Amino acid sequence: MKTIFAESVPGRSSGFFESTAPSAAQMLPAGLLRACPPCLPECSELDVVRHFTRLSHLNYSVDANFYPLGSCTMKYNPKFTEYAAGLPGFARLHPLLAQLGRGAAQAQGALRCLYETERLLCEITGMEAFTFQPMAGANGEFAGVSLMVAYHRAKGRKRSKMLIPDSAHGTNPASAALAGLEVVNIESREGMVAPEVLAASIAEYGDNIVGLMMTCPNTLGLMELHLPAIVAELRKIDALLYYDGANMNAILGKMRVGDVGFDVVHLNLHKTFATPHGGGGPGSGPVGVNGRLLPFLPVPRVAMGKDGGFFLDSNLPLSIGAIGPFYGSFSVVVKALAYMLRLGGEGLERVAEYAVLNANYLKKRLEDTLDIPFERPCAHEFVASAPEGLRALDIAKALLDRGFHAPTVYFPLIVRECLMAEPTETESKQTLDAYVDVLREIVEQGRKDPASLTAAPLSMPVRRLDETAAARRMALTEDM
Amino acid sequence: MPFIPHTPQELEEMLAIVGVRHLDDLFADIPPEMRPRRFRLPKGRSEAAVCAFFEELAARNGTNITSFLGAGFYAHDIPKAVDALAGRSEFYTAYTPYQAECSQGTLQAIFEFQTAVCRLLDMDCANASVYDGGTALFEAAMMAVRATRRQTLAVDEAVNPIWRKMLATYIAGLPITLKIVPQKNGISDLRALSDAPDKECAAIIVQNPNFFGAVADYSEVFAAARAKGALGIISVYPVMQAVLKTPGEMGADVAVAEGQSLGQPLNFGGPYLGLMACKKEHIRQFPGRIAGRATDLNGKTGYVLTLQAREQHIRRAKATSNICSNQALCALRTLICLCLLGHGGLGRQAERGMHLARLAVKRLTSLKGVEPLNAAPYGNETALRFPVPAERLVSALIDRGFAPGYPVGRHYSDMENVLLLACTETNTPEQIDALAEAMGGLL
Repeated sequence: MKTIFAESVPGRSSGFFESTAPSAAQMLPAGLLRACPPCLPECSELDVVRHFTRLSHLNYSVDANFYPLGSCTMKYNPKFTEYAAGLPGFARLHPLLAQLGRGAAQAQGALRCLYETERLLCEITGMEAFTFQPMAGANGEFAGVSLMVAYHRAKGRKRSKMLIPDSAHGTNPASAALAGLEVVNIESREGMVAPEVLAASIAEYGDNIVGLMMTCPNTLGLMELHLPAIVAELRKIDALLYYDGANMNAILGKMRVGDVGFDVVHLNLHKTFATPHGGGGPGSGPVGVNGRLLPFLPVPRVAMGKDGGFFLDSNLPLSIGAIGPFYGSFSVVVKALAYMLRLGGEGLERVAEYAVLNANYLKKRLEDTLDIPFERPCAHEFVASAPEGLRALDIAKALLDRGFHAPTVYFPLIVRECLMAEPTETESKQTLDAYVDVLREIVEQGRKDPASLTAAPLSMPVRRLDETAAARRMALTEDM
Repeated sequence: MPFIPHTPQELEEMLAIVGVRHLDDLFADIPPEMRPRRFRLPKGRSEAAVCAFFEELAARNGTNITSFLGAGFYAHDIPKAVDALAGRSEFYTAYTPYQAECSQGTLQAIFEFQTAVCRLLDMDCANASVYDGGTALFEAAMMAVRATRRQTLAVDEAVNPIWRKMLATYIAGLPITLKIVPQKNGISDLRALSDAPDKECAAIIVQNPNFFGAVADYSEVFAAARAKGALGIISVYPVMQAVLKTPGEMGADVAVAEGQSLGQPLNFGGPYLGLMACKKEHIRQFPGRIAGRATDLNGKTGYVLTLQAREQHIRRAKATSNICSNQALCALRTLICLCLLGHGGLGRQAERGMHLARLAVKRLTSLKGVEPLNAAPYGNETALRFPVPAERLVSALIDRGFAPGYPVGRHYSDMENVLLLACTETNTPEQIDALAEAMGGLL
């Protein structure tokens, strides 16, 4: 499809904004102005509407396709939450208004949204407080790691090692490194963190360890069975335990991370709490802490006064500072709150139950089609290897031809030819059955005629693209 | 059950296949002692009840207030077609386009977004967005630290204090020193900024217009930085960029911006997006996702995520950034907004704001004791000095239905009486008259 720049017609305009103001040249010295206007597309409104409507047709999406992308929790995003977040009373509110004298009175509705969401997330996780500043999961990881570092610093310690399992998302080590820490890799045993492996790291690095970042259930879709022992080991050296909330969908109402010994947690509201992924964002990565880390949270925080009114409180002397400009991805938070209020406690627990049911059902039904390395019941997702002789990539592309988005492939790195599927609770038995049938058909086809799979996809807007050549050629804009 | 399709019969069939009797049996790996101590959440409510709850909360926010608040975040008219198109669920319920063949819509949109950002900022390469203007500034600073292997950042004091606070928070655990170059009465000190880079300096960081609204040409500052082997980083207000001298023309290495004013409602602080663009020679240090043009097996043009070897899912601890989710949908809104405005519409928005700001300055400085903070050229925002503390003035005016601007004394010494006032096309001359009248009674 042509780009919108190629469709541009010199002199055409949507006419959206007309005005009779003097020209910039009449208001500013010539030396401060750009030589010529930016070459943006010149289009009518219909040109633009048609272009982007046609572009949208080239996408798979949750609303049109089963999207079992492991670790991404591509569940259905209810529409009413968009309505709530889009109300003009929220959309038009300037974030600085609440920080002005008497301004908080003009933002009581918005402040209450943040306050209520914090209370609900505390109850769900067993934590004492949340900050909404982190703007996505990885941003939450960075904030959480910074809080852990601040905790040790306040105790006069300069610790520099972060323990991270080899099954972790890539963002974990990247976030720890960004905060100035060195990453110590913890090798998985039977798909889990083993107390003896952890003990060996502790023996080696001792009280230089900031903490351990865990995903639980982990990216293999397995519960970590040695959690109590892990907590005990870490407590011996006053190291902290981080919970990567990417897989929170699996434990709603079944386990609270604060109760079992985690000190800090980030949640991905755009996963567990059903806010849309938007083709890659925006997300929202609130971070919850227990009492040990609360004094270090970013400011301002939303507080409730004696009169029941809400205000912004920046009086936290040990605060790490500001992770975001204001109060995080506010309208994403509103959507998550709407979702939680709609479902209530019972509904949220049901989410975990049916998410785990769907994953186990899919896993069971695929046992004779794919190689499944762990026989234990899985949580909300499971990993499988492509059968001997077939490649995960080819299976993924063949799925696209049949109207299904592919599962996550080649992650976690420790599983051969990995296909990691997370069906989520919102998918029906019929959809899961259809997916099983299609996967069987693909594997059978691959066994008979492997070359036919490497040709897939055939029915998408493009065939397989040459990524290596693209990286070499580096055409990153219309002008390169 | 809301959002769960299973019938009781299907539930039974599925449990039987899995081999358990009850749903809770699926959680046998969580022993009783690890179950929640409590889980006291409210009961679920109907969709209508939840919507009514939010309608009531939204009505408690004073969005009818007449506002001249800016400070880096601006109310603009956004074409409704932006909502309609970005609200198409093919865009907003898709994931990151890792499977390129079924994500060409998102990928081509990112490619077009990158093109629009580069043309606006006059740079070579742009990424698919970072979280906001503050994280964009931090990521740019980290590019410079890696590229130069130096550890000092010289930052103009007239860079938005909100972003400077974020920058300080983000580098707290790193061996990096921030050297603040003082502003003079709201004007960036070009001489001091040019003198700031030494052989330890990784980058010089400035903002145009600066926090006080003053517009300048930073060409000589960037030339001085280059002479010392440091990078030039500039943060800009993208609407004003339709008319102002570009980062490219000034010789900046990296340009960043808070992209909110291009298509995002104020939304009480987010989600927004950080725009980032750089010169081609810095591409290997660039953070975040980048879309590139590619060809398929049949030679047909398509788009892919490219240069992924910089990113966390490949490089883990050695990645150029930890960013994974970005602000893709906000970037799409920005692109659509730029397409609907064109350079003409964007330029007219900039000019309308500038024109109204001049009207406001004229009207307000006719009040006794009110004067411009300085004589520097300005865009759509500028600082005024009042005969009374700005905080007090603001409080009194909020009660009268005006948010007259931002009191800068909370971030800068000797500026208790200084107010930063912004105008955009959403303001009117009548609002300015009304503000002047209300202020007059308080001075």
